[in-house]
Amino acid sequence: MTVEATNLVKTFGAGADVAAVGGVSFTAPEGKVTALLGPSGSGKSTLLRMIAGLEEPDSGSIRIADKDVTRVPVKEREVGFVFQSYALFRHMTVRDNIAFGMEIRKAPKKTIDARVAELLALIQLEGYENRFPAQLSGGQRQRIALARALATEPKVLLLDEPFGALDAQVRVELREWLVEFHEKTRVTTLLVTHDQEEALELSQHVVLLNAGQVAQAGAPHELYDHPASPFVASFLGGANVLHSRAQDGRQLSTFVRPHDVRLAKPQVNDSNLELGTVDRLARIGGNVKLTVTLPNGEPMSVQVTKLELDKLGITLGDRVAVDVTSSKVFVDDYAI
Amino acid sequence: MSGIIASRQRTAGRRQSDVAAEAPWVRAVLIGTAAAFLGVAVLLPLSVVFGSAFSKGIGPFWAALSQPETVSAIWLTLLTAGIAVPLNAVFGVAAAWLVSRYDFWGKSALVTLIDLPFSVSPVISGLIFVLLFGAQGFWGQWLSDHDIKIIFAVPGIVIATTFVTFPLVAREVLAVMQAQGSDEEEAALTMGASGLQILTRITLPKVRWGVIYGVILCNARAMGEFGAVSVVSGHIRGQTNTLPLHVEILYNEYNFVGAFAVAALLASLALATLLVKKTVELNAALKARRLARRAELDRRSLPPASLRRRASLSTRPVAPSTSPRGPVSVTAESSFEKA
Repeated sequence: MTVEATNLVKTFGAGADVAAVGGVSFTAPEGKVTALLGPSGSGKSTLLRMIAGLEEPDSGSIRIADKDVTRVPVKEREVGFVFQSYALFRHMTVRDNIAFGMEIRKAPKKTIDARVAELLALIQLEGYENRFPAQLSGGQRQRIALARALATEPKVLLLDEPFGALDAQVRVELREWLVEFHEKTRVTTLLVTHDQEEALELSQHVVLLNAGQVAQAGAPHELYDHPASPFVASFLGGANVLHSRAQDGRQLSTFVRPHDVRLAKPQVNDSNLELGTVDRLARIGGNVKLTVTLPNGEPMSVQVTKLELDKLGITLGDRVAVDVTSSKVFVDDYAI
Repeated sequence: MSGIIASRQRTAGRRQSDVAAEAPWVRAVLIGTAAAFLGVAVLLPLSVVFGSAFSKGIGPFWAALSQPETVSAIWLTLLTAGIAVPLNAVFGVAAAWLVSRYDFWGKSALVTLIDLPFSVSPVISGLIFVLLFGAQGFWGQWLSDHDIKIIFAVPGIVIATTFVTFPLVAREVLAVMQAQGSDEEEAALTMGASGLQILTRITLPKVRWGVIYGVILCNARAMGEFGAVSVVSGHIRGQTNTLPLHVEILYNEYNFVGAFAVAALLASLALATLLVKKTVELNAALKARRLARRAELDRRSLPPASLRRRASLSTRPVAPSTSPRGPVSVTAESSFEKA
């Protein structure tokens, strides 16, 4: 079911001059995973809570499956919500946690048991019915929370920083698992995250938020390859920013991603050539991160594979030629 | 699980005593001081109470307790606690719910007000009600016109006791509710639960230990309250005399066996309350341990979850040996998280 937000505004506290969400519109396409991505304080969680009905927007409207739900109470919105803290009912077993929503709807016991078994199979936790949340690992709790949110077959699944509380390895495992999980269930999903990698890997549609506004929305690769603003360029992919000035005096910012830089050793030893110096070399698995100080003194981070570096024979302190294969130039709005 | 933790703590304690502990004589002095103080301030008075009660044998003790006036005081005390405690349980949970779940103007003033009965002297609490409901009081005329008696009658005693013991449940439950947050309630809300369903199925089970502790303490205080009750009661024997007041009356009449017999009964009620509290705590701990043991057995009979997950995702080759922590340690470690 498509989720449509139109001009949503939410301000916390009376008299606050900055809105947590300041007029956000976006569409989350049906059956896809849409990531609400942004730094902390960008209003992404507030946005998700408004869609769930846990917060009421000051103005604007929310439509789920072409029905205006802006003033519909939470319990009638038919959304599944997974909290960052999982919020499993600590005094209930796994079975009772998953069954809760169905019991509220007075489903027959047989139906509930069948659905619980089906969901436990889906999240690969068969045999855990009688455990209590305190007896599960973080990753297991996360999956139970997902199963619980899906138990009543909601129209949309809302995930608030679902991997935030997990350690790095479990996070990567669960991420891959969630991709497969979504392929099986095909539920329209909204995912709130501050982790660009998570958004790029999990979602088919990204809404990038900054300070309560949509910075850019589109397919992940579209945002990555064609950033609409310096913020998008620097938030996605961690770019180098080179400052220069155009002939008319306006400031130019050139964004270059670390892996869009090619390095070469100078063939001739000509002191007139402007070369950079390799000042730092850090090996990260199969990749190497270098910091090259440019002739104007600006540092540039470069990422190459270990293989490539070995082929080039570049080591710390070497003077290297820098070639930028792809970059994005922004003219600053204000003229000087 | 808690067994493992306990044994760890024991080992840690021993290691500490070898290296970083106080010298033996320091320990002896500290323990000795504590024991001596406890003996003089708690054990000695208690033994005097029980000793004096039985000083003339069991016969006079029993005779003192079975006096009609004493029996009436026992019933009045039980009645007062029986009304004040449930009232405070309901009010306390409601107040804690209100304060922990909602933001409203004057919230911090309300929290301070909850503590008020603790911070003013009980005698003043009693006087407040005399000033409100007494013959010369604020509502005195209206009450006497309608032939309603509150001061120097049972209602006054119940009201004063309820007021004095109000913070006990509210404070206890509020602390638990604030510690636990409201995520679970919000989760239940998204699953379609109504307010009442959330209260009965999520919130109350979540805070039940807080409620139980609060009720136990509230009960102990309600049965033992002297100051406030003394002001409003009027000390009418057989009618408005509670157990603590009765002790004073008997003592002032030089009826020492009687006074100490009733005091022994009150002390026994207090000890019984502590016993109930301890049993409740012990049961909770035992239940947690039983759960942990069952989980441990489950874990042994089931393959570790992460292994099974990997096995089922055969498209993705993951060699367990490459992961820095094996799948077994993942599950084992998780059991410590909430311990």
